[in-house]
Amino acid sequence: MCDQTFLVNVFGSCDKCFKQRALRPVFKKSQQLSYCSTCVEIESPAGLRESPVSSLSRVWLRAWPWQQVDCGLVLPVHQVAERVEALGQFVMKTRRTLKGHGNKVLCMDWCKDKRRIVSSSQDGKVIVWDSFTTNKEHAVTMPCTWVMACAYAPSGCAIACGGLDNKCSVYPLTFDKNESMAAKKKSVAMHTNYLSACSFTNSDMQILTASGDGTCALWDVESGQLLQSFHGHGADVLCLDLAPSETGNTFVSGGCDKKSMVWDMRSGQCVQAFETHESDVNSVRYYPSGDAFASGSDDATCRLYDLRADREVAIYSKESIIFGASSVDFSLSGRLLFAGYNDYTINVWDVLKGARVSILFGHENRVSTLRVSPDGTAFCSGSWDHTLRGTAWKGALGNGHRSTQLLRGQVPQCVHGTPELHSQNIPDRSSSPSYGIPYLSPTDPFLPLHRKVKLYVGEAEHIFSA
Amino acid sequence: MERVVVRMQDPDQGVKMRSQRLLITVIPHAVTGSDVVEWLIQKYCISEEEALHLGVLLVRHGYLYALREPRSPGLQLDETLYRFQEHYDQLHRKINHTWDLVVMQAREQLRAAKQRRKGDRLVIACQEQTYWLVNRPPPGVPSVLEQGPERGSCMARRVQMIECCTKALGRIRVKSSVCLEAYLKFSSQHGPHDPIMSGCLPSNPWITDDDTYWAMNAPNVAAPTKLRVERWGFSFRELLEDPVGRAHFMDFLRKEFSAENLSFWEACEELRHGGQAQIPTLVDSVYQQFLAPGAARWVNIDSQTMERTLEGLRQPHRYVLDEAQLHIYMLMKKGVREQCTHRGLQAPLSMSRSEELRSQGKPPPATLIFPPCSGKGRGPVLLP
Repeated sequence: MCDQTFLVNVFGSCDKCFKQRALRPVFKKSQQLSYCSTCVEIESPAGLRESPVSSLSRVWLRAWPWQQVDCGLVLPVHQVAERVEALGQFVMKTRRTLKGHGNKVLCMDWCKDKRRIVSSSQDGKVIVWDSFTTNKEHAVTMPCTWVMACAYAPSGCAIACGGLDNKCSVYPLTFDKNESMAAKKKSVAMHTNYLSACSFTNSDMQILTASGDGTCALWDVESGQLLQSFHGHGADVLCLDLAPSETGNTFVSGGCDKKSMVWDMRSGQCVQAFETHESDVNSVRYYPSGDAFASGSDDATCRLYDLRADREVAIYSKESIIFGASSVDFSLSGRLLFAGYNDYTINVWDVLKGARVSILFGHENRVSTLRVSPDGTAFCSGSWDHTLRGTAWKGALGNGHRSTQLLRGQVPQCVHGTPELHSQNIPDRSSSPSYGIPYLSPTDPFLPLHRKVKLYVGEAEHIFSA
Repeated sequence: MERVVVRMQDPDQGVKMRSQRLLITVIPHAVTGSDVVEWLIQKYCISEEEALHLGVLLVRHGYLYALREPRSPGLQLDETLYRFQEHYDQLHRKINHTWDLVVMQAREQLRAAKQRRKGDRLVIACQEQTYWLVNRPPPGVPSVLEQGPERGSCMARRVQMIECCTKALGRIRVKSSVCLEAYLKFSSQHGPHDPIMSGCLPSNPWITDDDTYWAMNAPNVAAPTKLRVERWGFSFRELLEDPVGRAHFMDFLRKEFSAENLSFWEACEELRHGGQAQIPTLVDSVYQQFLAPGAARWVNIDSQTMERTLEGLRQPHRYVLDEAQLHIYMLMKKGVREQCTHRGLQAPLSMSRSEELRSQGKPPPATLIFPPCSGKGRGPVLLP
């Protein structure tokens, strides 16, 4: 098996460019060659995909033709892909639709109690919902528009938000009707450009922010003091995520300079940097074990970077996906990666196989934010169509029997609904629990945006029964 | 997007173009919606629904326009005719500097247009309408050209890149195959705990509107479920992160007369994540309680770490106790690993109760007991 991460100590002439360089062993069509590092990079998209793959997996790939178009599998993930059981087909449905924002929803975050969420929108409104009952619990109007960052405190007693006002403000949540939340607002962070992301660290007392001025910063909430600042990005920082590690001291940030950088919170130094994306990195999220992170970017790909191997280990892309990924998140076990795209869809990727499992329609404008709930039972996506949708799945997904069923040559449907859906006229949006997905049918004109509160619950079925 | 459209227009591999009949006029170089969808499905190996969605997006952005009224931004599957058009945006940029020439040409064209064939006129009219639909959408309709706030451009920082690369060369890397094994192991270990992969008992609250699942897994529930207890065995961090697990662990340590370790660790965590103003007092109290010679709950740290910590205490800051905390953490972790084994004890008394619960579809709660430390040092065991 080819491994490119050892620091080489073999020098010689490269088999491709014939220059005297440090060489790495490379397998091409079962033949071992020695390439210099530049040639390895050039060869990797094309040649290395043909590296030794067991005959069994070749058969499997042929029977499932569209898998081959899921290109861009960097070799490492290919190595384990064969040994992993295929996931069965599943259909996810929207369970809750939260309407109430008057403009594009830009950001959302879950509370640790697994049901409350805070969301922010372009018109300056920040709303705290109990998404289980779809009630709005608190609402704050910020003095600025484009509130691009919001976060829930770990204790559930406060929220933080910020945007074009270059500040991050913390609002303690109170149920007292007489107090207005705006009165108790605490202005914590001060940047020189818009705030793109914020997150509380392990407690209510510290907040980590990322800004359009190219820096991230750690602040003390009580005093508003800057504890540490992180410089290194060459352009706007768009996203950040804290590491779920034992010592809990690092975080990763992604920016418009196409880089994702891992920082040490204590020293302020950049520990690792990854620059393989071809466009702005819109979203980063750690793998649940903390050893890797995924990033979604405007180049329409999501990539998985491993921290210990210090390299990119998988690319999740498809030729038919041409719009950027705005937001990514992992499922609880890390087997699935949910990514929301600017083409109004959400794609679900199998992390270990590198293949797409499902595509979800439903939003009427680009998906701007996506987070899986803390216990993994559902995920919530916010979009520029002014709504947030909570989606959940029924039954169990992992089942080895499904892969054999697929080998028989069936073409499973990756998407919602059944074939009959297209021959119908406009699917009835307000009813029918069995087809709960509002899909832009061929006969739909542009729909005016409805403001009524709509709650629809659907049933998820298995295409293949267990 | 341009890439996709260009491919579509490729005479050999693109979408089939034909001359279409519209009432009595014949319009060359047009395609039907169904052709477009079919081509997308074939080329990108996607499903029909996705191809349709992509086609609709193409229309909305103005790359395809319909050759008939009413101008709806959907992609008709039947006989509507479409044509590809240049994105007028770029066109404007290209011809901006020759505006006078353009105006003159427009005047000429207007004169010539009167003499044009009906087919051409119809096509041009449709083209124009689509352009305006995209660039000046009617009120209430979201504009496809809208982007978020402007983002800054990239300034290459060569010096920092060099620094980063030099640091990278010096790092110790792990084989990627080893890392991937780790993912496999993690996923398979946590698979049963993931509601997507294995469902949740009794039911997913989002589907059945029944929040029993959350009640059963509340942070401080008296009887944790079996799954939850299993998770404590995965890693020490899981045990400490779960409040119930931590409480059990504390009880265990009390019996071992080493509870001060966990208390010290908790105090250090509070210091690290607490407010800036409380640091001096916190540090002081930690010192008095845990580190001072002859303190009431003195923790056993090795002499080197102790020296360094005491040195650092002269100028207390947030991370002054980090070393000591790490030492104690590793100590506890090692101790737990040595002693912790999860074994299911089939107590006949509790069997009937768990059977009863299983038939109701609820997972049986598990009781975790840490047996008193005997010579063999058996750790916490699970009672189903």
